[in-house]
Amino acid sequence: MTDRATSTGIMRELTCIRCPRGCRLVARLSGTEVASVGGNACPRGDAYARKELTNPTRVVTSTVRVAGRTPAPMLPVKTAQDVPKDLVRDVMEALASVRVSPPVRMGQVVLADVCGTGVDVVATASYP
Amino acid sequence: MASSSEPMVSRSVDVLVVGGGSAGLAAAISARKRGARSVLILERDGRLGGILNQCVHNGFGLHTFNEELTGPEYAARYVERARELKVEYLLNTTVLSLSADREVVAVNARDGVFRVAAGSIVLAMGCRERPRGALDIPGTRPAGVYTAGTAQRLVNVDGFLPGREVVILGSGDIGLIMARRLTLEGAHVSCVCEIMPYSGGLKRNIVQCLEDFGIPLLLSHTVVNVEGAERVQAVTIAQVDEDLRPIAGTERRVPCDTLLLSVGLLPENELAQQAGIDINPTTHGARVNESLETSAPGIFACGNVLHVHDLVDYVSEESAHAGSCAARFALRAAIEKDAPSAPTAPMSGEGSFPVECARGVRCAVPSFVRPSAVEDALTLRFRVDAVYRDVCVSVYVGGRRVSHRRHVALVPAEMLTVRIRASYLEGLSGDDVITIALEEG
Amino acid sequence: MEDVIWDCVIVGAGASGCAAARELSRTDGRYLVLEAADDVGCGTSKANSAIVHAGFDAHPGTLMARLNVEGNALFPGLAQELDFAFMPVGSLVVCTCEDQRPALEALLERGRSNGVPGLRVVEKDELRRMEPNVSDAATCALWAPTAGICDPFGLVIALFENARQNGVGFSFGSRVESVEREGGLWLVHAGGGVVRSRCVVNAAGVYADQIHNMVSPHRMVIVPRRGEYELLDTSAGSHVRHTVFTLPTKMGKGVLVTPTVHGNLLVGPTADDVDDREGTQTTAAGLGAVRCRSALGVRDIPFREVIASFSGLRAHRPEHDFAIGELPEAPGFVDCAGIESPGLTACPAIGRMVASEVLRALARMGRARGPRPDFQPRRRGYVNLNCISPEEWNELIARDPSYGNIVCRCCLVSEGQIREACRRGARSVDAVKRRTGATMGRCQGGFCCPRIMQIISQEHPDIPFAMVTKKGGASRYLAGNTKEVAPHG
Repeated sequence: MTDRATSTGIMRELTCIRCPRGCRLVARLSGTEVASVGGNACPRGDAYARKELTNPTRVVTSTVRVAGRTPAPMLPVKTAQDVPKDLVRDVMEALASVRVSPPVRMGQVVLADVCGTGVDVVATASYP
Repeated sequence: MASSSEPMVSRSVDVLVVGGGSAGLAAAISARKRGARSVLILERDGRLGGILNQCVHNGFGLHTFNEELTGPEYAARYVERARELKVEYLLNTTVLSLSADREVVAVNARDGVFRVAAGSIVLAMGCRERPRGALDIPGTRPAGVYTAGTAQRLVNVDGFLPGREVVILGSGDIGLIMARRLTLEGAHVSCVCEIMPYSGGLKRNIVQCLEDFGIPLLLSHTVVNVEGAERVQAVTIAQVDEDLRPIAGTERRVPCDTLLLSVGLLPENELAQQAGIDINPTTHGARVNESLETSAPGIFACGNVLHVHDLVDYVSEESAHAGSCAARFALRAAIEKDAPSAPTAPMSGEGSFPVECARGVRCAVPSFVRPSAVEDALTLRFRVDAVYRDVCVSVYVGGRRVSHRRHVALVPAEMLTVRIRASYLEGLSGDDVITIALEEG
Repeated sequence: MEDVIWDCVIVGAGASGCAAARELSRTDGRYLVLEAADDVGCGTSKANSAIVHAGFDAHPGTLMARLNVEGNALFPGLAQELDFAFMPVGSLVVCTCEDQRPALEALLERGRSNGVPGLRVVEKDELRRMEPNVSDAATCALWAPTAGICDPFGLVIALFENARQNGVGFSFGSRVESVEREGGLWLVHAGGGVVRSRCVVNAAGVYADQIHNMVSPHRMVIVPRRGEYELLDTSAGSHVRHTVFTLPTKMGKGVLVTPTVHGNLLVGPTADDVDDREGTQTTAAGLGAVRCRSALGVRDIPFREVIASFSGLRAHRPEHDFAIGELPEAPGFVDCAGIESPGLTACPAIGRMVASEVLRALARMGRARGPRPDFQPRRRGYVNLNCISPEEWNELIARDPSYGNIVCRCCLVSEGQIREACRRGARSVDAVKRRTGATMGRCQGGFCCPRIMQIISQEHPDIPFAMVTKKGGASRYLAGNTKEVAPHG
């Protein structure tokens, strides 16, 4: 993502990921709002740019330690929904200290309401 | 327990599946659904699911389940289905040899060396990563040079960090995914070098794994030297020219303790080669017909051992087809046991037509098509050889264009699928071929 | 250990040092080997052509010529006694233009005067039948039926294990810092300690000049000569049937193309004199030269099948002959230096010669050593699952089920072999590799390396998983645990 200041406001460039074409999108920002989106070959590019520039989110996938099973193997986990992109690192730090006790069922919550997002972190595998 | 006095133990099954990863599971499930009475998976790892178990990231299953799953979740759905259908499996079991008459020899700690005779066999061994040696990168041979998949296993399964200062060579998807994963676990990834002028990975991964973290992607760059006697201390990177040769004067030394390689996957086809099965030199997988049957009658191949896929969903879909064809073969063989007819050669001869790759197309599967064996539609899968914009993918059947579809962009990283209705194949005769080509819009 | 007075301390556990140790172990002395690395055979002995040379190359009258032919003759028996891989495949020196024929005839003559049996010149047609992929330019070749190939790791490990079994002590991580004379004994400072010995054998490879110069005013010079190699997959292993050389040049034997005992194809080496005694890196120029020069003797080498490249250093002396013997100016100090090609071939004979020098010196000192009454000449090798019958394998599995658990799928190595290697002393992944072949295949450890690390840490309670190394020292695979450091950025 790169910014360019023009007389009509900040122009922000980004790559659309909705299809392999990878359109170079140019969005004009006025304040925190997206005034317009250009460079997109289809409406999905417009929607992608608006979401990515106003409320970017990501699903965080990682692992947590299983108590009594140090060092290996780890338990894979994910955030049950996407979380604000800015909080990805905080989620990772929160997961660093999590220890779960086996058995664990896939889908079981291993950390509720991570970083106050209202989103749970759940196991993505079962652990006998 | 095996004992020296006993001869080698044998057993027989309708369908034997070599490999219990995404391809083997889908093939086994489909074979059972198609009526095979006994389906046995031989898996060398300690659990089913293959490489999906270490792919903790999400993005799997959008096509199959219409939701985004992680690797272990995707695998779990198939493992559960296989158990429901009473697919048998042996873990920690390595297949030692395969013969063209559908017999394998395998070994494990519990049963020793044993033989399995099968009505039909599905090869689903997957692929391996190209190691450093295959690239012949000069320099020292210290610890700290990993293929991306090995690093992925160490991080995601074993819980260890392979290094703290990382350079990644190759922008395949596993390399991109590992750039993010290592960054989130506290390592610093200084750059990803890609020898080609375009990335080998999906756009989504370039944005979400590199751009999100400010990791530079250096196109037309490669690693020309590795330093460090015991542990990697630095690598030298350089720009390459159009012939992919390093350009003198562009060398730059990058201090690091780890070099990660994501430079391509190769089908693990040693068993197939040993059995004398024809191999396609472009895909490095077996040559197969529309039923995914190899040159050895009753031996089928699917998934990454057949050709390297981009999405697991396509592996599952393709493998389900192989599994059902394998079941059909095994059941027919069982019925005809009393009055055996010579198995028909799956490839050559009358009623079989080659698939040819024309402009811009490579790695097409299948290699041959027998119209009489196509049930509803023929599925062609292939890749393009470079980046194209605004082109059409056309399929000609014996000179007649039966499919023509415009694409805004085509990249080698993506596998393409075209379906041709069976009725379009009816007119094939003589020396006709099926041709896939890129054409101007 | 510091109170013991050793009869002989051997510096260096390469092929020469281990061969000397094994020969000495036939007698009832107290012998110790000091090795800088974490394992035997980590220097010149591990990265070479693995060829058992017939002996036509060295100049008549040199020690090199004599010990080559003697060593070659001893090899088959030694391989049987110590159970390591040796295959008498024979070698061809290919002549690629008629002008060179006199040089080939000269080589034949030299070989005959060195006492090499069975040498003859084969003409074009026969040559092509023997070696279908010989270059189109080949006109004739010198055929040496007594040449062979061996497993150089296997050889050194076998000599080591047999010497150890017969009472020789081995101390790893013991780099010799100084050697001095005191009260009629040698004081060898190594790895922070000191040992006292009546005799010292200097088998320090590319460092042998440094050790020699610690005790002698007659300076020795060793020039590390680097040789780079390309190793191809077993799928290319039958590209040639014999070791194929082209006529030697001033810088060495040219680039040879040979099958290996592991079924691979090996191409190399180059010959470049370097300053760095640890300079075992490969270079773009060197690997390019290997590819280019190999075409002289053999056509269509499938270099796309390369699975590894490596380089080794030969301990070259400008005099170009082995320097073996007790130094008159340093009683009890026996040089075993300048052991470059054909040193691997010669090592059984080198071992005998060094041992007799040591025993003579000991006798002179009034410490004559007699035969060790319980000397055990045989040593059991590691099982090769590629070579045993299903019945034999099932017997193994019945005794220990871990032999049914395949870890290295490319080379067919089981958990059982890897555990055994650890129990017999392997402490790093490369040490396991050299004993079992694991990680040597086409995936180069991509799949099995983490599993081998796990087994090493289970077998050696003092090596936690995170501390497992590739080859000892600072060659750790892992930087630590995940979850320890905050996300970067």
